[in-house]
Amino acid sequence: MMASMDVAGLAAELAPVLPKDAVITDRQRLRTYECDGLAHYRVIPALVVLPETADQVAAVVKACAARRIPFVARGSGTGLSGGALPHADGVLIVMSKMRDILEIDRDNQRAVVEPGVINLQLTKAAQPDGYYFAPDPSSQQVCSIGGNLAENSGGAHCLKYGFTAGHVTGVEFVTPLGELVQIGGKAVDFPGYDLLGAIVGSEGTLGIATTVTVRLTRLPETVQTVLAAFADTDSAGQAVSAIIGAGVIPAAIEMMDALAIEAAEAAVQCGYPEGAGAVLIVELDGAQATVDRQFEQVTDFCTEAGAFEMRIAEDDAQRALFWRGRKSAFAAVGRISPDYIVQDGVIPRTVLPEVLRRIGELSEEKGIRVANVFHAGDGNLHPLVLFDGAVDGQRERAEEVSGAIIDLCIEHGGSITGEHGVGSDKARYMPKMFGDNDLDTMQLVRCAFDPGGISNPGKVFPTPRLCGEVPGPKRGAHPLVEAGLAEQF
Amino acid sequence: MSVTATDVQARLTEAAQGALRPATDADAVAGVAPRFVVSPSTTEQVCAVLALAHEAGLAVVPRGSGSKLAWGAPPERCDVVLDLTGLDRLVEHTAGDLVAIAQAGRRLDDLQRDLAEAGQRLAVDPPRGGTVGGLVASATTGPVRLFAGPVRDLVIGTTVVRADGVRAKSGGKVVKNVAGYDLGKVLTGSFGTLAVLTEVAFRLHPLAESSRWASVPVGSTTAAQDVALRVAHSQLTPSGCELDWRGGSGVLAIRMDGLVHGVEDRIAAALDRLGPGAESSASPPDWWGTEPDGGDVLLKVTHEAASLGALLDTVDRAASAAGADAHTRGSVVVGTVYVSLPATAAPAFVEQLRGAANRFGGAVVILDAPPEVKEAVDVWGPVRGLELMRRVKEQFDPTGVLSPGRFVGGI
Repeated sequence: MMASMDVAGLAAELAPVLPKDAVITDRQRLRTYECDGLAHYRVIPALVVLPETADQVAAVVKACAARRIPFVARGSGTGLSGGALPHADGVLIVMSKMRDILEIDRDNQRAVVEPGVINLQLTKAAQPDGYYFAPDPSSQQVCSIGGNLAENSGGAHCLKYGFTAGHVTGVEFVTPLGELVQIGGKAVDFPGYDLLGAIVGSEGTLGIATTVTVRLTRLPETVQTVLAAFADTDSAGQAVSAIIGAGVIPAAIEMMDALAIEAAEAAVQCGYPEGAGAVLIVELDGAQATVDRQFEQVTDFCTEAGAFEMRIAEDDAQRALFWRGRKSAFAAVGRISPDYIVQDGVIPRTVLPEVLRRIGELSEEKGIRVANVFHAGDGNLHPLVLFDGAVDGQRERAEEVSGAIIDLCIEHGGSITGEHGVGSDKARYMPKMFGDNDLDTMQLVRCAFDPGGISNPGKVFPTPRLCGEVPGPKRGAHPLVEAGLAEQF
Repeated sequence: MSVTATDVQARLTEAAQGALRPATDADAVAGVAPRFVVSPSTTEQVCAVLALAHEAGLAVVPRGSGSKLAWGAPPERCDVVLDLTGLDRLVEHTAGDLVAIAQAGRRLDDLQRDLAEAGQRLAVDPPRGGTVGGLVASATTGPVRLFAGPVRDLVIGTTVVRADGVRAKSGGKVVKNVAGYDLGKVLTGSFGTLAVLTEVAFRLHPLAESSRWASVPVGSTTAAQDVALRVAHSQLTPSGCELDWRGGSGVLAIRMDGLVHGVEDRIAAALDRLGPGAESSASPPDWWGTEPDGGDVLLKVTHEAASLGALLDTVDRAASAAGADAHTRGSVVVGTVYVSLPATAAPAFVEQLRGAANRFGGAVVILDAPPEVKEAVDVWGPVRGLELMRRVKEQFDPTGVLSPGRFVGGI
């Protein structure tokens, strides 16, 4: 085949440019990289390379461009939308060898890192200086800064601190033509178009960051966390509305419903209040004087909304226990269901009760259980659609429910993805949210960066190749989760 | 070009459904006189006007209130000023979601008044008010940026009309949304060169229950930097930190927002941090959030927070070399300040500042200046990633009809 011959030539050309053993052609070893965190999609790449410098990345991309061979960049491979799914005739560029923290610049509140640096590792490196990296996706123990940049990662605390896009001030970047360019820096507002605004969240379709300059955030003076138990999600939702309506911006407000609580208890014995139809975790951080007073407001609102039990974290250990149930929820549903689909959609917060009711109706109608876990403060839902693939017809019905939930989000003026990305999984939903002209206009940016369409093709934008593919159920946990290396939102 | 001059006027009039008038001197854009002013009142009319401009090769400069129209380089040519003040509606305000959608021509003052009724605000405080569209196109905010971030972080959705007259939207009306490219960010600060904004969706913030300020005099560039960094490294979460600097000394002030008691406690703690001579006040210093007034040239200078001292040293040295008095004011923890000075000194001053830019890690852009200064000195200076920016412009506006020549590198 033409493509594989090209790839063989490419491998030979790249071998002298790259470190020893950094070009993988062996089929068995290639298979290691066949999927990311959305393990339902599997494609074995034609070639895997593991560059160690920006120049090597540029050389690989330039060689791909010359031969019109597609490439896909991969960080830690924890993404949940198949954004790092390899291309069968393309090169997978694995960035995990570029994992040095180049600089912690406390006075400028910046860090300069290579893209393979692990999210939590950066926070740990900055903590002695009283700083941390604010975006905290639940995979933060293993996910990379490069992956965070590509996906514009969020996390529970982005309600107050915003997504990755607000925390990247500069990149060294390889364009799909193989040019190595500097964009931004430690300072803000460099003259010209906000190219960083396009790059962050572009899911690897505009090129590859080889160095990332990020903002470091000052650790708050104090953190207060309450776990509140309610009879049902409606009353928990009322508490959320009251808190937000009063002008309080907590660091996080997370909600879990009865089924999600059951799963978390089974998995990690987090000891949430018994008989709860919903729990809220509300976390406030900031200056002591502010947090103390706002915390009183928050607990009052919870009481008024009918909370029957409230636990206030006495220390970091107890706070960690509260979060453990929440952060383990995705993997935990594996304990109560053989298979499940992790959905990620967004609705305006004010329509939460109505949408939850509709999800309940859908669930009943199709005989498919749905566990609800979500970032209640910003309306980002993570319904977990449970099924047993061994039972005839269940998979199909689960997929229908999962798809109908996304339709509900669109219908209510929301989004098809709040943080997991479009990737391979949701490109087909893009036309439901955007018209042809909208998608065309986005693609103008793509054309400016990647006229040959070789940078992570087939992702984000619907293409014939992906049309009509089935939604992605998950069977069991991601290998990293099973190995105890990661938790997932 | 297949459209004749008389045709153009007739067809423009038709596209704007009658809302066209010949331009006057007052309509000049950075000294360049347009032929017509077109004032559409719907997005459809904007589409029709731009489709015609695209076909006939008419250069179009979008305009809101005109408060920042002189910024940027003079356009290479200008046939039509597209006055957007007719698109002035508040489209939607969902207080419970802290989201509002406004048309581009709505005045910021009006929008803030709408939102204040629900105890909310768009967290921007630019020195010049203007319109929603101008806010986004120029990416200009003020002291509150320390708390709320840049304008681009507040934009959650846009409706634009492309240079070819096609209407397109991006983002949406929820804050958390990673579906597709975030074109809102690319358009923010694009100075009308990529597309014409007609509607913008914003995330909002609650109005603070109480605000107080604390100020301290700073007598040297080192002192200014030391105090600024003490504020930056504190855990007091000020919502603004501004320096006013002239002739080798100045005042650094911070703002605290929040619940009444919390603000008072934090101000008390801040006075300790700021050091001797610090005082608190219930109202801002009179210069807070305004532009400096050292002359008719206004520059925007960015810097790394920890290089504030180096920047101020460079400014003072360049000013004295040019025989002028420079006045600096701005957000020194964020790292964006304005410098103003007389036009006669500007060319040498800008050259010297740009030459030393690696000492403070930022860039020097000329905003306001008389035409002779803008002719003599590149308004935008050196640009990182210019080649990519040119390619973006070529994709969005292949025939170069949107504000040609106004932006970086002659874009």
